[in-house]
Amino acid sequence: MVEILDAPEEQTLTTPDEAIAALKTQFPGITDDPRDGHEALMVDSADLLSVAAALKNDLGFEYLSSVTGVDLIKDDKLEVVYHVYSIEAGGGPVTLKVQVPRDDSASVPSLTPMWRGADFQEREAWDLYGIKFDGHPDLRRILMWEEFVGHPMRKDWKEAFYEEDHKPFGSRWPGGDVVRMEELNPFGKNVRYPDGWTPTGNEYDVETNMYGMIQKASDEIPGLKTDKVTVNIGPQHPSTHGVFRMVVTLDGETVVALKPVMGYLHRNHEKIGERNTFIQNIPYTDRLDYLSSMCNNHSYVMAIEKLLGTPVPERAEWIRILMAELTRIVNHAWALGFFINDIGALQTPMLMLYIERELVLDFFEAVSGARMMCNYMRFGGVAYDLPEHVRGQEIYSFLDTLVNERIPAGMDDFLALIDKNEIANARMRGVGILSREDAINTSMAGPMLRASGVNYDVRRAEPYSYYDQLDFDIPVYSEGDLWARYKVRIDEIYESLKICRQVLGYLKATKGAPYQPEGKQQYNIRAPKAGDVYSRAENPKGELGFYCKVNAKATNLDRYHIRAPSFINLTTLEQMSIGHKVADLVAVLGSIDIVLGEVDR
Amino acid sequence: MTATTRTLESDIAIPDDVKENVFITSVNGIYNWARSNSMWPMVFGLACCAIEMICTASSRYDLARFGMEVFRATPRQSDLMIVSGTVTKKMVPTIVRLYNQMPEPRYVLSMGACANGGGPFKEGYAVVDGIDKFLPVDVYVPGCPPTPQALIFGLMTLQEKIRAQSITSVPWYQKDGELTGIVPIPVLGPDLVDLRQVDVIKDEANKTKLVTTEA
Repeated sequence: MVEILDAPEEQTLTTPDEAIAALKTQFPGITDDPRDGHEALMVDSADLLSVAAALKNDLGFEYLSSVTGVDLIKDDKLEVVYHVYSIEAGGGPVTLKVQVPRDDSASVPSLTPMWRGADFQEREAWDLYGIKFDGHPDLRRILMWEEFVGHPMRKDWKEAFYEEDHKPFGSRWPGGDVVRMEELNPFGKNVRYPDGWTPTGNEYDVETNMYGMIQKASDEIPGLKTDKVTVNIGPQHPSTHGVFRMVVTLDGETVVALKPVMGYLHRNHEKIGERNTFIQNIPYTDRLDYLSSMCNNHSYVMAIEKLLGTPVPERAEWIRILMAELTRIVNHAWALGFFINDIGALQTPMLMLYIERELVLDFFEAVSGARMMCNYMRFGGVAYDLPEHVRGQEIYSFLDTLVNERIPAGMDDFLALIDKNEIANARMRGVGILSREDAINTSMAGPMLRASGVNYDVRRAEPYSYYDQLDFDIPVYSEGDLWARYKVRIDEIYESLKICRQVLGYLKATKGAPYQPEGKQQYNIRAPKAGDVYSRAENPKGELGFYCKVNAKATNLDRYHIRAPSFINLTTLEQMSIGHKVADLVAVLGSIDIVLGEVDR
Repeated sequence: MTATTRTLESDIAIPDDVKENVFITSVNGIYNWARSNSMWPMVFGLACCAIEMICTASSRYDLARFGMEVFRATPRQSDLMIVSGTVTKKMVPTIVRLYNQMPEPRYVLSMGACANGGGPFKEGYAVVDGIDKFLPVDVYVPGCPPTPQALIFGLMTLQEKIRAQSITSVPWYQKDGELTGIVPIPVLGPDLVDLRQVDVIKDEANKTKLVTTEA
């Protein structure tokens, strides 16, 4: 059922450069970003809606990948950055930037009427930067709670344990007379209250708010005494895949409304990341989507390499691809296991591919020293070359067995159990349908997008590393239901195996070649020049993007934003669940394949 | 056990045919032996560590060997809370409520750097720097994340702790003894508020007021 999508006949596709030129002719108010190294179109906030409409409707740039805020404290301005891509044409983005004054009046027109994918991202920018989006249907805080004071990502907002603007802190190095702010905190905790504030007893109480939402509404059918009931699922619930919460309104057992609540694992990656040196962020990226740390590493180091202009030796690229594809296999193996778990086959299918995952983790441990949090890639290469042995076996023979025998055999077992299973098919087919248009409009990414018939994969659309030299297919299914997502993941495992087999050949051929840049490794790198970059990679969950902005000669990032696929993919949860039963809601959530570390960041 | 080699020196008349099948132990011994080998943890994953917790329960590491594979989805049936991951300010009221809902005897195992003390995210504005600021922790397992072996070691350490407890002195059987008690559920104001610290917060508020009026 893999659809071969023919290239549209005779239709000339607009490249990003052509689109930029067209926009400039149509809107004379648009200028280039005047700052050194920054590439974008500066749009006046009054023009934003019409520029976006022209970009989307006339030029075919219909995929809004990322929306984020930036605090330009020196210019006393706030900025919103949009990255828009063309699905058909592939290639790079058209970047739009809107600047507004940095005060309470900061407001930008919301793009949600045009792209529903902007919904959560605009709420995040409001929550963390205090940028209002006019016309947003539901502009509430998304990661913090409503009573929280201030917008924490603003540069002048300091945490309770704040020490300095960038690391390494002066008290730790080079002096070494360690003073930790946490020891000076009067409360002994990571908290700080506004001056003169005392508790009144009327603070935001989770319980009251949680149960306050539970309301009964009488049904309109006369003669029948039925109520709609609002039920709270999570944040501690086995089927929410972590600390995710859904407030669901039910008519009988049918879902009629759903509100996702997140932020229970908001770990401030971005705020901490703007203080860290470039290299200190690599282990933090491990902890974003903690099932695919190698892929996160890859995406982040690519962003910084673009900023710094670091070349990568050939062997390092092959090692990176091998790691990324093995990560994709284990991620999908777990995603499928959990998903089948969610539709009722408790634990057995999950454990079927468990030992193969453990073998891959053993390999990761042998290579990097850690099973899950590998912290393996570096700017311009990887931290270590492949070891000689894994589990006492010669490395290439171990990998050959793994890729050619163990994983395919595990997959055969798995498919024999599930693929033709009547219950699994009944639960998967026709449930949670997402149309092609909706998938693009809501900025879905990864398997979610490809299961809705969109042939889009960053590895093809905007090839990075050596993916353009490899032979693999992009599985696309047009059904848009749970079954299609399941099939996309199954097929992607086989495609990843195909890539691994090719890469193994290259790795054997480049034995002993350099895997890092020549010379002494630099740990405290200074950016040679100012600039910003948006770099993305196809993660197992979808498109993981890093928006990085740096000042000249800086050792840390001025803006570090993570475009998290799990987070944005949740936009359609309500739409896909409405009309289905509660049990299907759990299955729909399982099919999205979220990891809360990435949803909340 | 070595029961077969020992004969009973007792006034109680024991029939010959059951003599070989009787074990004598202390109440503490049998009570703690039973408890320590059937610790039921709560299904409670917070972050990355939860993945390693799942691995620990799965086939390769097999927590069932220790009688601990029965993960319960409700706190009412759980003996052990494994705090597996970063505790955020938004999450901590729920965690404390779950702890309060667990029946005595209950234990808390803090898994990983974040739960132990905030870990790499300690400086963050939304992160609690260690679950022990709110709950009494029995065992800390270091690591980021701890390997399944490390978690198993932590659980065995907890078993040791349980075996050393005495039924006559454990707080939950004391008539007038101090219970390990209910922890007041923190509330979310402008920042996280620990209700046990209201006086400290008021003192600090007065100090800042003084500073602002002086200035």
